Amino acid sequence: MSSIAAMSDHATNGTSASGRTATDLLEIRGLAKHFGAVQALRGVDFHLAGGEIVGLVGHNGAGKSTLTNIVSGSIAPTGGRFAFDGREPAIWSPAIAKSSGIRCVYQELSLATNLSAAENIRLMHRSLCGIGWRARARALVVATLDAVFPGHDIDPDRRLADLSIGARQMVEIACAFSQTDSAVRCVILDEPTSALGHEATTQLLAYVRRAAASGLALILITHRLNEIIEVCHRAVVMVDGRVVAEPETAGLTRTALVELMGTIEVPRQAGDRSAAGRQDRIALAHSGRDARDLAIRVAAGEIIGFAGLDGHGQRERLRAMFAAAENTAANGAAFVAGDRGTEGVFALWSIADNLTLRSLPSLSRLGLISLGAARRLAETWSAKLNVKAPSVDTPILSLSGGNQQKVLFARALASDARLIFLDDPMRGVDVGTKQEVYRLLRSEAEAGRSFVWYTTEFEELRNCDRLYVFREGRAVKELAGASIDHASVLEASFGGGDV
Amino acid sequence: MTRRLVLAPWTYSFIVALAMWIATTAYSGIGSAGSTLAAALAFGAFSVVIGTGQMLVIAAGSGNIDLSVPSVLTLAAYVSMAVMTGHDGMLVPGLVVALLVGAAAGALNFLAILLLRLPPIIATLAWSFVFQSFAFNLGGEATLKPPALLSAFTVWAPGGIEIMPLCVMGLTAAAVFVLRSTLWGRSLLASGQSEPAARLAGVRVWRVRLIAYAGCGTLAALTGFLLAGFSGGAALNMGDAYLLESIAVVVLGGTSVAGGRANAVGIWGAALFFNLMATMLNTFRIEAGIRLMLTGALIILIIAIVPKPRAA
Repeated sequence: MSSIAAMSDHATNGTSASGRTATDLLEIRGLAKHFGAVQALRGVDFHLAGGEIVGLVGHNGAGKSTLTNIVSGSIAPTGGRFAFDGREPAIWSPAIAKSSGIRCVYQELSLATNLSAAENIRLMHRSLCGIGWRARARALVVATLDAVFPGHDIDPDRRLADLSIGARQMVEIACAFSQTDSAVRCVILDEPTSALGHEATTQLLAYVRRAAASGLALILITHRLNEIIEVCHRAVVMVDGRVVAEPETAGLTRTALVELMGTIEVPRQAGDRSAAGRQDRIALAHSGRDARDLAIRVAAGEIIGFAGLDGHGQRERLRAMFAAAENTAANGAAFVAGDRGTEGVFALWSIADNLTLRSLPSLSRLGLISLGAARRLAETWSAKLNVKAPSVDTPILSLSGGNQQKVLFARALASDARLIFLDDPMRGVDVGTKQEVYRLLRSEAEAGRSFVWYTTEFEELRNCDRLYVFREGRAVKELAGASIDHASVLEASFGGGDV
Repeated sequence: MTRRLVLAPWTYSFIVALAMWIATTAYSGIGSAGSTLAAALAFGAFSVVIGTGQMLVIAAGSGNIDLSVPSVLTLAAYVSMAVMTGHDGMLVPGLVVALLVGAAAGALNFLAILLLRLPPIIATLAWSFVFQSFAFNLGGEATLKPPALLSAFTVWAPGGIEIMPLCVMGLTAAAVFVLRSTLWGRSLLASGQSEPAARLAGVRVWRVRLIAYAGCGTLAALTGFLLAGFSGGAALNMGDAYLLESIAVVVLGGTSVAGGRANAVGIWGAALFFNLMATMLNTFRIEAGIRLMLTGALIILIIAIVPKPRAA
């Protein structure tokens, strides 16, 4: 009774690549989703037929994950219509989505690492119960692995924690394609190849084609655009929560696809900040970890941006540079964390205590803090950043997120550090606050302070004098001044032809 | 704006201590009130010294605790008594040696935590066996006698004012000052709240914690030095009572077990509470089994009725 999706004879209607047919498995109209004030999806139309492979592309925050999470039932939309297999379900949940035949392979692996592959597949399939379930689960996972990744050497009885990350990803993929009592109809693959080697990637893409040929519908999300062009029938390009283009992949080039992602082009308004004149005063030079990793230099008064797709080594490099600067730069360095809860805020303290901590060494003599000076500093900078609170003695946790973040900015700016590192500090901050902080950063830079700024929002890169674009753990491209535009950043983020 | 009277958590133990003092006095007559309080202050002072050290460690962050304080106390008492050999003239060298032993023991505790990545509870427990066996080898079962001057100081009360508890109150005041107004004190409380945040704000977390553990060992050693004078000498079991008590007075005193919040004054309330409760239950002639049960029940009761400081 166990079989593998691709081998099943389900619904082979041989739909042509595009074309809205009556047999669309998934049909979405005007789908909207907002998280608080953040509009993640602004009316998305999307359709997917059995036998079709659609590649979903777009920059971070374009709405790809939100869309697939709605399809898989893990989040509920705030507007729009959603139909699966010709019906609009009254309620939609992960359990219902799964029993309807929708499966997901997530980038962050979703398996239990303390269990074996066989045990994990048992968790997915309730029908693998009773006496001898272990043998049947093992047979199922091995059969699926053999089908997708012929020649793999994964032991189905080893704990996943003992397997390599690539092997774990293979098990995750096999679990998604495995089939027992209910048929697999649609599989969503979110960056499935990022942890796979070359051979396994080729095997997976070949399997995806075979699966589609037997009637399965697939959504592929990947930043490796060549994979999209190679395997998908149609690409769906998302920008800022909208679908901006749905080109057929036949005849499509990588460059054309990158251009489609950067269609919303806002003219650069950075003004006439002339950083070039200060290049003689280097505040920090930090060499890369190998020849392909660019050395990064920061001049006095310069705002350096770290760009690229999220999780490509920007954060690690930022921290390594901060650690180096703390020990070498005059007056050390300051850091503004984006993850306020765990890395920024001291939850038991007031605004004043939170704000002054980084400055206390310079406000002390022989280890004794001048409490009066500390208080004046807190009041000055709290006012300068317009922190909305009755007094600086207000507990920091009673502030809104944006105001807490202002206090963290004030902590860094009030200090004597000439070099300040920003770790995507504007997440979840409202637009007004952002504009205030951008202005302050620019005026501080004019006064000779240097900033190294990692951000996941492209718009923020416009505040920077120079950018380093990161890909696969390395700084791969330097962009300066007029050459900072969306297209070049995207081009560098997605890499040259052979990635 | 209605202002509701909210008492700070640490005031509760003072209130309960006061209630017990009144209850004891009501039972055994007004004449005994002064001596009851004097005894509680004298015995409580030892708990306060060792508790203040424990507070520094507990405030350094979740999981930090020093279980070696009883054996550090004993070892320091043995070493200093051996150095002084009962001579008043050796009092200062004896004190210095005791404090050095304590600081070294605290540093060893922290190095085991840092370098071997042991959980504090394991590292300090393991060292406590080592320290205890040093004390055993040094003095054996014999009690080493203190110099007469030391014994006299611990009970010195000119005009009825006990000097040693007064000095310990000075220590508490110093601890309050250190936590509020020194770079190290602020860094300690920052590290206790969030280690990553403290590190990113430029705090050298491991150095701050090293000093906390060394300070804890030093204060345990000071307790041992004074206690040996007070109780007529260093004995192997002299620290036993202080393992749980040093932790209990800190927690009842309003210091957060999760770290980052320390209260030095509250330790006095908790120490007086413990000692006055023992006196009260003795006065009422309640037998040992019941006494321990009541002690435990009262601790739970106090912690349960104290409002939880998480309102912000």
